[in-house]
Amino acid sequence: MSEALLEVSDLHVAYGQVEAVRRVSLSVPTGKIATVIGPNGAGKTTLLGAIMGLLPSHGTIRFAGERVEGYDTEALVRLGMTLVPEKRELFHEMTVLENLELGGFSRRRSGESRAALLNTLDEVFALFPRLKERQPQLAGTLSGGERQMLAVGRALMAKPKLLLLDEPSLGLAPLITRDILATIAKLRDTGLSVLLIEQNARAALKTADYGYVLETGELSLQGNADELLHDERVIATYLGKR
Amino acid sequence: MDATIAALLTQDGLTNGSIYCLLALALVLVFAVTRVIFVPQGEFVVFSALTLAAFEQNKLPGTVWLLIALAAVAAFADVLSLWREPKRMLRSMAGTSLPAALAALLVWGVASAQMSFAIQVLATIAAVTAMGPAVYRLAFQPIASATVLTLLIVSVAVHFVLTGLGLLFFGAEGVRTTAFTSESFTIGSVSISGQSLLVYAFTIFLVIAMGLFFKFTLFGKALRATAANRTGARLVGISPNFAGSLSITLSAAIGAVSGLLIGPIATIYYDSGFLIGLKGFVGAIVGGLASYPVAAAGAIFVGLVESFSSFWASAYKEVIVFTLIIPVLLWRSFTTTHSEEE
Ligand SMILES: Nc1ncnc2c1ncn2[C@@H]1O[C@H](COP(=O)(O)OP(=O)(O)O)[C@@H](O)[C@H]1O
Ligand SMILES: [Mg+2]
Repeated sequence: MSEALLEVSDLHVAYGQVEAVRRVSLSVPTGKIATVIGPNGAGKTTLLGAIMGLLPSHGTIRFAGERVEGYDTEALVRLGMTLVPEKRELFHEMTVLENLELGGFSRRRSGESRAALLNTLDEVFALFPRLKERQPQLAGTLSGGERQMLAVGRALMAKPKLLLLDEPSLGLAPLITRDILATIAKLRDTGLSVLLIEQNARAALKTADYGYVLETGELSLQGNADELLHDERVIATYLGKR
Repeated sequence: MDATIAALLTQDGLTNGSIYCLLALALVLVFAVTRVIFVPQGEFVVFSALTLAAFEQNKLPGTVWLLIALAAVAAFADVLSLWREPKRMLRSMAGTSLPAALAALLVWGVASAQMSFAIQVLATIAAVTAMGPAVYRLAFQPIASATVLTLLIVSVAVHFVLTGLGLLFFGAEGVRTTAFTSESFTIGSVSISGQSLLVYAFTIFLVIAMGLFFKFTLFGKALRATAANRTGARLVGISPNFAGSLSITLSAAIGAVSGLLIGPIATIYYDSGFLIGLKGFVGAIVGGLASYPVAAAGAIFVGLVESFSSFWASAYKEVIVFTLIIPVLLWRSFTTTHSEEE
């Protein structure tokens, strides 16, 4: 494995007395896609929330060599980590273009020029031509697939080093899911590192380089994605019959 | 009542209503971004009028001490909470204590050099605006994720503290500032004062400026984003504290301008803020603390009701205005569908 951009070790996250994530250690190598698969309620969203500073946690989190546990979400965005959350969390009353512009808020505040942002905007439009057509439309009126594109586009506007994706396939038709995952793979090939959370295990493992299986808050399996695709336990539990 | 009296009352009502309108907009803004029902809004109005009055009387405005007190306490709070992280501590101070301290220096300089009226006006706006970040930092930042009720209780407490500080630093005497203009215009049998026209013009200007700010600037959009979706805003790097502080600072600036506008019309005491703010609040409630245009219209309506009831039943003027809130609340409780808390 090449050097890890994100390294989580011995992470615990609790809601009150209930520990939803226990002893989780994982890493995302630079320029690779790591995926965490697991059933509903396994703690996948909780794990991402803790990494992104939205939920308090115990354990260590290293990002680009820096210890970042306890950092504010805003600080992590500035360092180059962005999350596309399960619920998208778009600004529904604002236009597609405004949502994208706000995606670059952190960069504008750290003094990057408007021109630099416009460049990134062009890149996002190249990835998702649909968004370019929908610029003046209110985000709340987009279809499910378009919303997911906008959520990913908004995250990319921050020019992240690491993209955290929480179930990008949720509620989307298989074809659109394939498109989105293909886009993620394309982004990886440009050097972006990705932590992909998915319930759709087959699609996730086919896209990812490395995989983890999370069950009731704990990691039960890990390995190269193509190995996991052929692992009997994974096939029995998550892939089913072809 | 004849037409002349009606025209006069309308003019009066619109003048006060314009000022309530500005306050209502500020209240909607602060509530949308921070969920704080900002009771101390009226104190900014009062501090502004009192500051300008002191300048006019060639006295050192108590604002200097108020600002120094806020700067010192905010710096102390930063040291206590952030001494382990000197960089963040300094950044917080640069956004909170530093502007307050600089504004204190400015007010002192303008007062001792007896500068022109225009500069006194600008210094007043700067001084009151600079209180915004400190008020947010001290009162609301530490409890930013508390419930609306807790925030309201703290908001009431801040109102009492600021009123008390107002008495301490400005004294109990009422002030009236000189009008910006003593011109008046006559249309038919109705005379319109230049001061009223100025109030209308300024209100319209500020409303348009706010609209442009929210529509076209990055910070304006960031405030809208925070109001619409807090988590979404954090995920693009907009800190709730940044947005909260900015919204209260804007409301301080609006309060400052309102104070300058109301100063020549009404006698302002250290404790006049509550009633003034409450009338803006009635307007804001009409808009459900959510709609800017409805809040603005509601506040202007409050001004008109106040003006006409002072003619018909002058002793009951305030009672009538505040009784307005009951039908409004009834109407709202029947017409609004409750949106879920995030
Ligand atoms: N806000 C919350 N409060 C209490 N328990 C929660 C909360 N959010 C999630 N949980 C619980 O934590 C566990 C993991 O949830 P989650 O991380 O959403 O799972 P996944 O994303 O894998 O479906 C579940 O048992 C869920 O009920
Ligand atoms: Mg989930």
